[in-house]
Amino acid sequence: MDKFETLTGIAAPMPLINVDTDMIIPKQFLKTIKRSGLGVNLFDEMRYDDDRNEIADFVLNKPQYREAEILVAGDNFGCGSSREHAPWAIKDFGIRCVIAPSYADIFYNNCFKNGILPIVLPQEQVDVLMKDAEKGANARMSIDLEAQTVTTSDGEVFSFEVDNFKKHCLMNGLDDIGLTMEKVASVKAFEAKAGAERPWV
Amino acid sequence: MSPKTLYDKIWNAHLAHEAEDGTCLLYIDRHLVHEVTSPQAFEGLRMAGRTVHAPDKTIAVPDHNVPTTLDRANAKTMTEDSRVQVEALDKNAKEFGLHYYPVSDVRQGIVHIVGPEQGWTLPGMTVVCGDSHTATHGAFGSLAHGIGTSEVEHVLATQTLIQKKSKNMKVEITGKLKPGVTAKDITMSVIGETGTAGGTGYVIEYCGEAIRDLSMEGRMTVCNMAIEGGARAGLIAPDEKTYEYCMGRPHAPKGAEWEAAVTYWKTLFTDEGAHFDKVITLKGEDIAPSVTWGTSPEDVLPITAKVPSPSDFKGGKVEAVQRSLDYMGLTPGTPLSEIKIDTVFIGSCTNGRIEDLRAAAAILKGKKIKDGMRAMVVPGSGLVRAQAEEEGLAQIFQDAGFEWRLAGCSMCLAMNPDQLAPGERCAATSNRNFEGRQGRGGRTHLLSPAMAAAAAISGHLTDVREVM
Repeated sequence: MDKFETLTGIAAPMPLINVDTDMIIPKQFLKTIKRSGLGVNLFDEMRYDDDRNEIADFVLNKPQYREAEILVAGDNFGCGSSREHAPWAIKDFGIRCVIAPSYADIFYNNCFKNGILPIVLPQEQVDVLMKDAEKGANARMSIDLEAQTVTTSDGEVFSFEVDNFKKHCLMNGLDDIGLTMEKVASVKAFEAKAGAERPWV
Repeated sequence: MSPKTLYDKIWNAHLAHEAEDGTCLLYIDRHLVHEVTSPQAFEGLRMAGRTVHAPDKTIAVPDHNVPTTLDRANAKTMTEDSRVQVEALDKNAKEFGLHYYPVSDVRQGIVHIVGPEQGWTLPGMTVVCGDSHTATHGAFGSLAHGIGTSEVEHVLATQTLIQKKSKNMKVEITGKLKPGVTAKDITMSVIGETGTAGGTGYVIEYCGEAIRDLSMEGRMTVCNMAIEGGARAGLIAPDEKTYEYCMGRPHAPKGAEWEAAVTYWKTLFTDEGAHFDKVITLKGEDIAPSVTWGTSPEDVLPITAKVPSPSDFKGGKVEAVQRSLDYMGLTPGTPLSEIKIDTVFIGSCTNGRIEDLRAAAAILKGKKIKDGMRAMVVPGSGLVRAQAEEEGLAQIFQDAGFEWRLAGCSMCLAMNPDQLAPGERCAATSNRNFEGRQGRGGRTHLLSPAMAAAAAISGHLTDVREVM
């Protein structure tokens, strides 16, 4: 997995609430057996018309946001389907960090497995960042995961919380399957005990 | 010992390891796998030279992509990319030695219907699947939730998940439901109350007389949509109905093991005085037959209500409602019961079980669907389909003008050929009314099977109580 330490880049504003994973990557693109190549279909139905022409006023089609690496969004981002194709598409587009007041649980976890940092901040602070993002490509935001801070283009700093284990894995690009397999003795011991207590399982 | 919730008990019974920072390894008893969210996970295993840790606890069935038309044995009914996914599941299931129900097997169906039906899902278990509607299995008092593909790979490789414990929420539905009100109306009304993010960070335990009174099928419908309220999982404590449902199923315990299992299951309830971080109470008699008007499951109202106006809302919801109404082609103030419907879809992991088909057939018996209406019933599994044929329900649907399909997810998420055209308006018994969910530009109204049947006859959203 790619490491995430710091990031300075363009932030795209998307002030919609309840952005669901069907919006992020519609079902017709789930028929792939690969993880790559989904960026071109990120937000597909909002981004292209029926003839596959770009819809000019969709944020990621605007010239100033085509290279966005940060997305600032509304409440409950990533709700609905568990499809990991959503963070795969976000990452493939080039976005490494999402900032929102809240996320749906499964999407939030899926981000960390793919080198994407989902930052939770209070609505008032997201509002400030949304305004900052609306300034366009010259206003670059900075994220520092070690320090757990977001810095606006004006130098205003907001601190965010993140689980220590998730932070550790993201900063070091760790494969958590490998980490769990180091605990195989605990798992085997659990299986022996549970197998005796609940043999029908 | 301090009193514990049902969630606390199941959690504690599956804790394989706890690190000093509170990060836990939760042991997984049942891993359900389907064709859409698993290919990359199996590929990941191969690339790393890993194998499936517990193939005997891993159950695979294709459901999302498969055509539900009667000619589906003909490979040409599937698009090339869908066929590749189903074939990948075939190959992975065989190579890794999983329990497998291929498309040709009469037991094939939606993974969340097949699991309970075959007795894989039992009380007190941990159940996961790369699908958000895994919450369905919580109806048995098992801790069940959806996971992403990376986590699918993690469970395949280790039979565990890295987890932090969620908070406890109690949703109590007191009293009795009125006639015409179903489990679907309960679960949609709860989401209307909490919002789609109200459950985020929680595991919900549903309780109260109205929940106890539900059949296992109804309880599955309630838990199925826990995810639509944002909750990690929904739970209902097992009782006699649960044991009765499980008894004799192919993978349920038998003989002395059955007795031991029931003894254990009887310990699975929330202790008196256990702490809940949040409590929501609805009166069963206040719940009405309900329908969604917008593009989020929280956009739900009783069928007797009118389409709301953006000005009825606050904050970010104002803009969201305007966007929903534009997408749905609806005008504020329109009575919901005047909204005309083009298509009716009965099926899905929410409402594709035998009881759902019975409820719809009871309304349709001896009636015809409105001229020009497109209507289909997609049973949740091959066995539900067979039972419905045996009970004469299939005939009622066909006589009324419904298409009688083979089992699969079908138009719930429209990954197979069953899709809405732009602007086509559908009354659906499924679980999501998101933009484009049932086809680009398609408009979805969620409701119960009985309400869907009533709409099929009248051609518009209809209060089922008027036709009972």
